[in-house]
Amino acid sequence: MSEIAEKVKKIIVDKLGVDEAEVSNEASFTNDLGADSLDTVELIMEFEKEFDVSIPDDQAENIATVGQAIDYLTSQAG
Amino acid sequence: MRRVVITGLGALTPIGNTLDGYKEGLFNGKSGAGRITKFDPTHFKTQFACELKEVNVEEHIGRKEARRIDPFSQYALIVAEEAMKDSGIDLDSVDRDRFGVIWGSGIGGFKTIEEDIEDSTTREIPKYSPFLIPKLITDIAPGHISIKYGLRGLNYATVSACASASHAIINATDYIRMGRADLIMSGGSEAAITKAGVGGFSSMKALSSRNDDPQAASRPFDAERDGFVLGEGGGAILLEELEHAKARGAKIYAEVVGVGMSADAHHITAPHPEGLGASNVMKYALKDAGLSTADVDYINVHGTSTPLGDIAETKAIGKVFGADAYDLNISSTKSMTGHLLGAAGAVEAIAGILAIQHNIIPPTINHHTPDPDIDPKLNLTFNQAQEKKVDIALSNTFGFGGHNTTVIFKRY
Repeated sequence: MSEIAEKVKKIIVDKLGVDEAEVSNEASFTNDLGADSLDTVELIMEFEKEFDVSIPDDQAENIATVGQAIDYLTSQAG
Repeated sequence: MRRVVITGLGALTPIGNTLDGYKEGLFNGKSGAGRITKFDPTHFKTQFACELKEVNVEEHIGRKEARRIDPFSQYALIVAEEAMKDSGIDLDSVDRDRFGVIWGSGIGGFKTIEEDIEDSTTREIPKYSPFLIPKLITDIAPGHISIKYGLRGLNYATVSACASASHAIINATDYIRMGRADLIMSGGSEAAITKAGVGGFSSMKALSSRNDDPQAASRPFDAERDGFVLGEGGGAILLEELEHAKARGAKIYAEVVGVGMSADAHHITAPHPEGLGASNVMKYALKDAGLSTADVDYINVHGTSTPLGDIAETKAIGKVFGADAYDLNISSTKSMTGHLLGAAGAVEAIAGILAIQHNIIPPTINHHTPDPDIDPKLNLTFNQAQEKKVDIALSNTFGFGGHNTTVIFKRY
């Protein structure tokens, strides 16, 4: 697992109170990990803080799964 | 008129984390004060408070949920859970459309206001947590209680500084009397031992600064009192319509027989010097209860340990009760718990109810030097609990803004 993926998963485990085993790349924040609309906004904020990036709202809307978050943040880091 | 009784209690206080723990602390004259551990108080004028001890929030509330709510709401959920269990109520057998929640908190999510705003504004582009608002608003505490238990009756928060929880109990009593609900979880919670909380009250010169002896700092009616000691926690009081309680064979602690509300209309923080609003509110509650001053056995006073407030309140008692004031017991349990602000009305109502249940008056601890401005003939229950038959207990609370409340409980 890349360093970015590890950090992303750690944030999700912490913020959503889920087990690490549940946090697969395919897992959807709202459908699989019990997040509501407020949790997803907070997750995006945490990603911004941890990776020191600014995620515009139109991009944030496309980040609905663990894998999508990792891909987006990896592309920004590149 | 429909009658209202108390059928469940819960307490989370600096002198005990459960109803039983609180009772033990009260009757044994325990102080909850100590040096502040929540933050480094070194540069603060007041460096101590009555903090809660070893509360395991996640034992009561899931990890994710606990993270999404401010401590004042966590405390609300913890005490409501205890009161709900204590009542023996079967939620599936009561009409939850007629089960409400009215909850008091003076400030609401103080920690959230302080920490989340700081966190949000230190970003290059300010961005606020989506939980900022739902964590800090005071009405979210009764909201959480309703969501947890599916209580769909009337639901809101009362805000009147240190009278908040009493207003909650009073509103709940009146609404059950009026027939708008059969059951209401009422009470209050507060979590204001934060940097801004301590600093803000300290700047008002409201807090004791007896840093060298925190446990002796809250000393209502003592000549050397120098302000109140901040406390935190909560109290839950389940109110139920009498026939409803009887029909389900509920344990009944006491009846709420009289309530009163008034305002000083004098100053934002100072009490009326002659205790005008305080004497009025006790009169209103006695009239509401149809009781005379000779009927009252115990007054749990607001008695915060401030120089002005304690004098104004004892003057008010003298004015209302006349010679009967000398036959009853008076005590300030804030001498032990500190001042729980918006939750004070709940935990102090519980002190009055426990006095009725056990026929024991909890003491006013830390009395050393009589104050010449306080009538020495009053029995202020100094230093040690006293055994006494208690059928009627009266609880006073007063809040910044000049809000006054009195609730009277009677043995059922």
